[in-house]
Amino acid sequence: MKTILEQVQRLGRWGLSALERLGRGHLFFLYVLRGVPAVLRRWRLIVAQVFAVGVLSLVIIVVSGVFVGMVLGLQGYNTLVDFGAEESLGILVALSLVRELGPVVSALLFAGRAGSALTAEIGLMKTTEQLSAMEMMAVDPLHRVIAPRWLAGVIAMPLLAAIFSAVGVYGGYFVGVGLLGVDEGAFWSQMQASVEIREDILNGVIKSLVFGVVVTWIAVFEGWDTVPTSEGISRATTRTVVNSSLAVLGLDFVLTALMFNK
Amino acid sequence: MMESRQLELTVGAFILMGILALLVLAMKVSNLSDFGGGDGYEVRAKFDNIGGLKVRSPVKMAGVQVGRVSAIDFDDQTYQAVATFRIDHRYNRLPTDTSAKIYTAGLLGEQYVSLEAGGEEEYLKDGDQITLTSNAVVLEQVIGQFLYNKAAGDDKSG
Repeated sequence: MKTILEQVQRLGRWGLSALERLGRGHLFFLYVLRGVPAVLRRWRLIVAQVFAVGVLSLVIIVVSGVFVGMVLGLQGYNTLVDFGAEESLGILVALSLVRELGPVVSALLFAGRAGSALTAEIGLMKTTEQLSAMEMMAVDPLHRVIAPRWLAGVIAMPLLAAIFSAVGVYGGYFVGVGLLGVDEGAFWSQMQASVEIREDILNGVIKSLVFGVVVTWIAVFEGWDTVPTSEGISRATTRTVVNSSLAVLGLDFVLTALMFNK
Repeated sequence: MMESRQLELTVGAFILMGILALLVLAMKVSNLSDFGGGDGYEVRAKFDNIGGLKVRSPVKMAGVQVGRVSAIDFDDQTYQAVATFRIDHRYNRLPTDTSAKIYTAGLLGEQYVSLEAGGEEEYLKDGDQITLTSNAVVLEQVIGQFLYNKAAGDDKSG
């Protein structure tokens, strides 16, 4: 009887702490949002962070985009050619990239490349008490450190996703038209006939914007909430990658159901 | 100073690259260059059977796309399908006795509406109805008819 009660108590403790963490995350988010107008006036801070999360992620985004596009071209061709529909390769490549793979894969890569770096950086700042030092100097670290990083992530993510999709389409074009001999005119014209600017491209951009908000939010919160030890930082970095990847995949399903459900 | 200049330059180049990618997606990948979307006029047509016609299917004239199917409804008085076409405003000289047929692109491809101009002097306006229509070819019906005719032919010869 006693052990059962203990188990229930442990479950309750776990639930309460999870709930508390969730609440802390949201309050933190509100504070960061409140810092955004002040940061917008000091755009140099944002520029430096866009460089760190955006420009430095460019290589992995472009390379993965090209290869994902090329694989789509190759696999799509092999399937479509059985039905004599290889001219539709353009539609397949463009729609899969613009609707799904562009936003999702680039968000996953972004979480691994930029999100983990953000967490580690902020976590180390906390561990070495740089954040407390700022508070001592009456500088709010949430506004000076966190807000520009979050904003930079929100700016960079849609741009990276767009670059991923555009580069991927050309990767598919290279394999489909260049190597496998799909007709070039049909490739582009069929693609243009069925990709809709509002329905497909704008929705893809909205998706990547949402992913940018969530992934960077998780990354900066995990950094902020780090247990200030070296083990704590490593745990926080892992949690950033795992949680933001799960959040991206889950949100992607919800957003897809809302957007493309006819 | 040089350092910060370079930083800003690379970030600027990155943002330009992102916007360029969006433009490529908009202009080259999607149909933005094709139709403005909103402007145009709508005409309706009733069909006994529209087969696999869908909203956004192309409306063609002499093989050239002149518009899209904007809505499909069912009229429960006549038990017919009512398809609404949005025709680009550039093509505003379609005679009132224009006829609409539903064709299939290729044997199993998507279905589209083909318009054929009549000889009337007056032109279709927004909200008008196309009265001369012919139905979609449903493959199962064609095959069924073929088998039936063949069986009937065999009977005659045998």
